[in-house]
Amino acid sequence: MNDVTVFGIKACWKWVVVIAIFWTFHLLVSDRLNPYIFDIIIYAGINIILAVSLNLVNGFTGQFSMGHAGFMSIGGYLSAYLTMLVFNLFPGIDTQSIYGTLFFLSALFCGGLGAAVSGYLVGLPSLRLKGDYLAIITLGFGEIIRVIILNIETIGGARGLPGIPALSHFGWVYTFVVLSIFTVWRLMQSPHGRAFLSVREDEVAAEAMGVNTTKTKVRAFALGAFFAGIAGGLFAHYLLYLNPQGFDFNKSFEIIIMVVLGGMGSISGSVIAAVFLTAIREALRELQQFTQIDFRMVIYSLMLIILMLTRPNGLFGTKEIFHFIPLRRRSLHDVKA
Amino acid sequence: MMLKLENLSIQFGGLKAVQKLDLEITNGMIFGLIGPNGAGKTTVFNMLTGVYRPTEGKIFALGKETIGLKPWEITRSGIARTFQNIRLFKDLSVLDNVRIAQDQSSEWRYHGLISSIYRTKAFVQDEESKHLSATELLGIFGLEERKTELAKNLPYGDQRRLEIARAMATGAKLLLLDEPAAGMNSSETEKLMQTIRMVREEFGLTIFLIEHHMQLVMGICERIAVLDYGVKIAEGTASEIQNNPKVIEAYLGKSFIEK
Ligand SMILES: Nc1ncnc2c1ncn2[C@@H]1O[C@H](COP(=O)(O)OP(=O)(O)O)[C@@H](O)[C@H]1O
Ligand SMILES: [Mg+2]
Repeated sequence: MNDVTVFGIKACWKWVVVIAIFWTFHLLVSDRLNPYIFDIIIYAGINIILAVSLNLVNGFTGQFSMGHAGFMSIGGYLSAYLTMLVFNLFPGIDTQSIYGTLFFLSALFCGGLGAAVSGYLVGLPSLRLKGDYLAIITLGFGEIIRVIILNIETIGGARGLPGIPALSHFGWVYTFVVLSIFTVWRLMQSPHGRAFLSVREDEVAAEAMGVNTTKTKVRAFALGAFFAGIAGGLFAHYLLYLNPQGFDFNKSFEIIIMVVLGGMGSISGSVIAAVFLTAIREALRELQQFTQIDFRMVIYSLMLIILMLTRPNGLFGTKEIFHFIPLRRRSLHDVKA
Repeated sequence: MMLKLENLSIQFGGLKAVQKLDLEITNGMIFGLIGPNGAGKTTVFNMLTGVYRPTEGKIFALGKETIGLKPWEITRSGIARTFQNIRLFKDLSVLDNVRIAQDQSSEWRYHGLISSIYRTKAFVQDEESKHLSATELLGIFGLEERKTELAKNLPYGDQRRLEIARAMATGAKLLLLDEPAAGMNSSETEKLMQTIRMVREEFGLTIFLIEHHMQLVMGICERIAVLDYGVKIAEGTASEIQNNPKVIEAYLGKSFIEK
């Protein structure tokens, strides 16, 4: 299998199988599961998309973005606004029908695209700046988006946006989980991904090798924003209600922790950290109801400190989980997958 | 003419790092630039590669004016360099170091985001031929066995060789080597000289190198220019340079004459 050149659809079947398994699970089991556990599974999926896409920027390209929740909110609000508009205009369309699904997917895509365009617009001027400056600008961007949303009455302003049609579910969330992992994984084994890595490693050397570093960074940024926007759309159509407070700095911080915890530049690390942190978060929520204290930030900070002391490169560093399994050891970023 | 510098000058504040430099390098030549530490040699390379913008003068490379172009544009137009203080992609494999340069080369087809992610037939085939060609290039520098190792784990000499391989992978016609033999012993230097000569023939390259190792410079350079305090004080063949009193005074010093 390894010597045969596999391309196109034949090289994708493993991924298709994984999506099929998720849909089977969705159709057979999802109704019977404890709804509380099920919520956590869905939020874990959304967080996986967020963490993996942020890893593209912060981990693989080495640019410290702190505004991921901002892109998520753009995608969430934009897609929610669109589906609400369409379903109000055509009340006859069944949300479960093929048309309903098509509208939903187009709205998700528009949300992602809107986030990507804003990522491009923010990235173009600010990615010329290095390190801390970029962090500050993206942080500011996230807050600006939140304040703008707070002040747009048509999307609910500070009251939030209720009544979003229920279109998102386990099947779609995990389809996009697989798609985002697929995209980032494949990308990282292509010239585009290697250009991202070269920017992280040494910008001067990258330019000297012909890499247009500004374009590369903006590309990573826009792509990361695209998936954040998709995650926002999936979130909106699952929770059925959006509130600008949900996309504040704490949310961006949470995603950053997932990336740092899993390892900057490790996709599987991001996945595991996202699942782990989602679970922790829910556990803490119960604790909070009981004690009336928000332990989240305390625990996150503690986790970061412990991490920095014990595994400064995160759980997996830049490696993937299978690099730790001796039987399937292979070289990092090799051509074949 | 591969490279032509006219009246090239640069100033950092009050410091005239390079002054009114004129230079011509013909196709296929191995040209050496020598001079004491701080003479402005690396600064010349930085101007050639677009890292610094000259305050005055002109650069023509491969028939094109290059001043004002970005470093990556200059590289894509066919000029690649190595760094005096090695700047490999340390945490990437030896192979990936070469592939990153290769990826940007116009010798290979460009594949867009979608076809790279979907892995079209053309994409996969190109990746495989690129892999082969990168491995071959590494073989020339004796690095084939180490291609999966991280660049930072290579011994010093191998890191220098990898920098040359990486620069060549850009498909450049003009190679700028900044002290390629620094830190190498004399047998390593001898081997490097042979390799440089060999790739020049094989790939039809023009080589412009800065060196401290007199053995290397005198051994392989067909022409040599000497820089002192940013000013070119001499230019000629190895023997002309060795016998030039100005050069002996400024740079080579007593110890060299005694040798
Ligand atoms: N970016 C810079 N800013 C200020 N001075 C510089 C800069 N780059 C080089 N110089 C100065 O220019 C002179 C020439 O340096 P360089 O070209 O590195 O010398 P060398 O011949 O040893 O390679 C030195 O005095 C150095 O300090
Ligand atoms: Mg120097």
